[in-house]
Amino acid sequence: MDWINAIIQGILLGGLYALFAAGLSLIFGVMRLVNIAHGDFIVLAAFLGLSVTSVLGISPLLALFLVVPAMAGLGYVLQRGVLNQTLGDDILPPLLVTFGLSVIIQNGLLEIYSADPQKMSAGPIETASIALPGDLNIGVLPLVMFLVAVAVIAGLQWVFYRSALGRAFRAVSDKQDIAELMGLNKAHVFGLAMALSLAVVAIAGVFLGIRTSFDPSIGPGRLIFGFEAVIIGGLGNLWGTLIGGIILGVSQNIGAQINPGWQLLAGHIAFLFVLAVRPRGLFPRID
Amino acid sequence: MTTTTYSISRSSTVTRTAAVVGILIVAGLIAAPWWAGRADMRLLSEMFLYLSLACLWNLLAGYAGLVSVGQQAFVGFGGYMLFALAIFAGVSPIVAIPLAGLLGALVAVPVALLIFRLRGAYFAIGTWVIAEVFRLSFAQVSALGGGSGTSLPVAIVRGMASNRSMREATTYWLALGMAVLVLVVIYLLLRSRNGLALTAIRDSEVASESFGIDIWRHKFIVYIIAAGLTAMTGALIFLQKLRISPDAAFNVNDWTAFVIFIVVIGGIGTLEGPIIGVIVFFLLRETLSDLGTTYLLILGVVAIVVMLKAPKGLWGTLKERTGLELFPLSRRVVKNKSEK
Amino acid sequence: MADALLSTQALEAYYGDFQALFGISIDVFPGEVIAIIGANGAGKTTLMRSITGLIKNKPDMVFWNGAAIGARRADQVAAAGIAMVPEGRQLFQSLSVEENLIIGGQLGRKGPWSLEKVFELFPILKERRNVPSTALSGGQQQMVAIGRALMSNPQILLFDEISLGLAPIIIKSIYQALPDIIGEGMSAIIVEQDVAKALSVSSRVYCLQEGRISLEGRPETLNRDDISAAYFGV
Repeated sequence: MDWINAIIQGILLGGLYALFAAGLSLIFGVMRLVNIAHGDFIVLAAFLGLSVTSVLGISPLLALFLVVPAMAGLGYVLQRGVLNQTLGDDILPPLLVTFGLSVIIQNGLLEIYSADPQKMSAGPIETASIALPGDLNIGVLPLVMFLVAVAVIAGLQWVFYRSALGRAFRAVSDKQDIAELMGLNKAHVFGLAMALSLAVVAIAGVFLGIRTSFDPSIGPGRLIFGFEAVIIGGLGNLWGTLIGGIILGVSQNIGAQINPGWQLLAGHIAFLFVLAVRPRGLFPRID
Repeated sequence: MTTTTYSISRSSTVTRTAAVVGILIVAGLIAAPWWAGRADMRLLSEMFLYLSLACLWNLLAGYAGLVSVGQQAFVGFGGYMLFALAIFAGVSPIVAIPLAGLLGALVAVPVALLIFRLRGAYFAIGTWVIAEVFRLSFAQVSALGGGSGTSLPVAIVRGMASNRSMREATTYWLALGMAVLVLVVIYLLLRSRNGLALTAIRDSEVASESFGIDIWRHKFIVYIIAAGLTAMTGALIFLQKLRISPDAAFNVNDWTAFVIFIVVIGGIGTLEGPIIGVIVFFLLRETLSDLGTTYLLILGVVAIVVMLKAPKGLWGTLKERTGLELFPLSRRVVKNKSEK
Repeated sequence: MADALLSTQALEAYYGDFQALFGISIDVFPGEVIAIIGANGAGKTTLMRSITGLIKNKPDMVFWNGAAIGARRADQVAAAGIAMVPEGRQLFQSLSVEENLIIGGQLGRKGPWSLEKVFELFPILKERRNVPSTALSGGQQQMVAIGRALMSNPQILLFDEISLGLAPIIIKSIYQALPDIIGEGMSAIIVEQDVAKALSVSSRVYCLQEGRISLEGRPETLNRDDISAAYFGV
């Protein structure tokens, strides 16, 4: 029973990892940018949620209505103000500038919030659970988070393949200069992509802060989880990313079941295994 | 009658002067145990080891296009190998250093086979995953102290040299030797056919592939060499610290973020850049480190501003304006006049 | 004579240190079709990229309806009513045929062209509207590229190497459709390596050679020898 439970909890955890991954995957798809500070933005969103909940005295789930637009706005400004200048044939500038951002966010958060672990409380929903036959319990909150993650992925999928914005994303991703000839302002489209990415990051960050304790130093770890989910699932495939997140979550929980010290290691090994046998991921986009 | 002939040369008056000055500086540094204080020598050793790491990262990112944020994997691996060889096999630390480098190069082979499947920025994060795997794995080795780490036994430390000042001088010379070794290896590598191929790859991967340059093989060789020398440097770093733990050994800030900062400030893709960068970095650190997190914030901001405004760094910008080059790497046409 | 709709004035363009255009001055008047001919590397595509804003120039090197637009971004130039059918079609491979057309019209400029009108002009595209643009033949892709440019209801349409890489029969049908495409008072610049084709549809022609205008005039006033001298520089 412990094993089945570990797997179920792993699947639910995978939803959170898919949220970490979706924003990363989105901006890579649109502008080939890999944001090294991605994990630190997740932690920033968690701290933002913490401040909003403590100042306004509202539930962290309600705080999302403030944190999501704030992070999206930050994303847009950051992209147009800084990151657009780094894009080009050379991969070094975006990599190093986002690496610098990562250092800045981590130390900025340390300065403001200190290194103490924090946690947000979502109230009674945290302890509510659904009993399943055979002594299994599924927490309501992890289940809600998983369903939200699935909904976010579905929403992103719709935006990317069915909306005018997604058309612009794909056009700019295909051929930047021709997209400009169609009247698309590249800088603005990239700004919107980063805004959307950080909006997803905001949800991921607040969920993370409800689920576990967090401190300013845990960003890089979240970046790595998101990255592993992207690669396991296959580049450019959002549903694949969800499955990648689930595989990662399940591997970690199985590892932890064997030996608590092996939790993270098991996830990394699952990633390296996929990289070894299917370097393009399990569900690569065909193009 | 005067005829003008042309020949290709790498050296110039500047590079020859630089070579002489360089040799004098190294000679002066070798003599440091006789003129420098204990604290100065520690600081200088640290600078040499950072110089070595920076040159190696620069070789990867600036010449081979392999941007790694996971070199701490090899720093920590080298450190742990030194401890393991000394504690379990009774190998003298001085012998264990090159062995750690060899083992680092060996372990880099399967690592490269795996992560070379990732391109560009994803390669960078892949290297980070490897470093995490190393960190978590060494935390599981209880014989080396597990998660809390271990110290080098006093007997082994004593065995290195008869007294404390001799021991300190030895580790100082080893650090200086490491930096010189790295500079020489990279210099020779870049002057070899391999270096020419690397330059071609850096300028255009597609074009160099069409000339029959095996990009994968060249990058692979550079990666393995860099890993081995990084592991050696790591062994030296932890020989100086006398204590190792997974979090210290595989620390991304200490062994990668600062190193990247040094290379970016100094000038990526030049041999001179890391030297300038190390000096600037240590000047900043010695004056600002009391500020704690603010100091790190300043480093992050400086790195971003340099990347945006002067992406070639201090040395690259200077070189662009003046054509100055201290290491004779690029070829130039020289006009020779001869009387007949 | 009326004022020029589009003109370049002593236009110079560079790729890094390499100068590709040396003082190019051309005019296009409302409703006029001009041709630009020249050998490979003469600077024709550079000229098109300069006009459309893909290469930035000094503001007063390109004028549009009297306004200096040389330094505007490509998307701003497009919004002003300049559209281009780029060399080699350059369709968006992740977009379906219909999406390629819709994105051409996303500026929302008013005018005669719409999705229905483009489908009327090229009925085969309506049949294949939902397939990926990469699944089309070269000729069909050129139809999408033309339709995509028309969707923005431009005042002037630039055709860069309109027939390059297409089968002769396709080229013929595209030239046959040209009057329908350009009609309704639209101006056009046709960039061609095939001199006879270019002369047959244009009222004036400029010949480029090594980044300079080597000849200009009305097709009926030019003789073969002058053209070949201007074209090949012999």
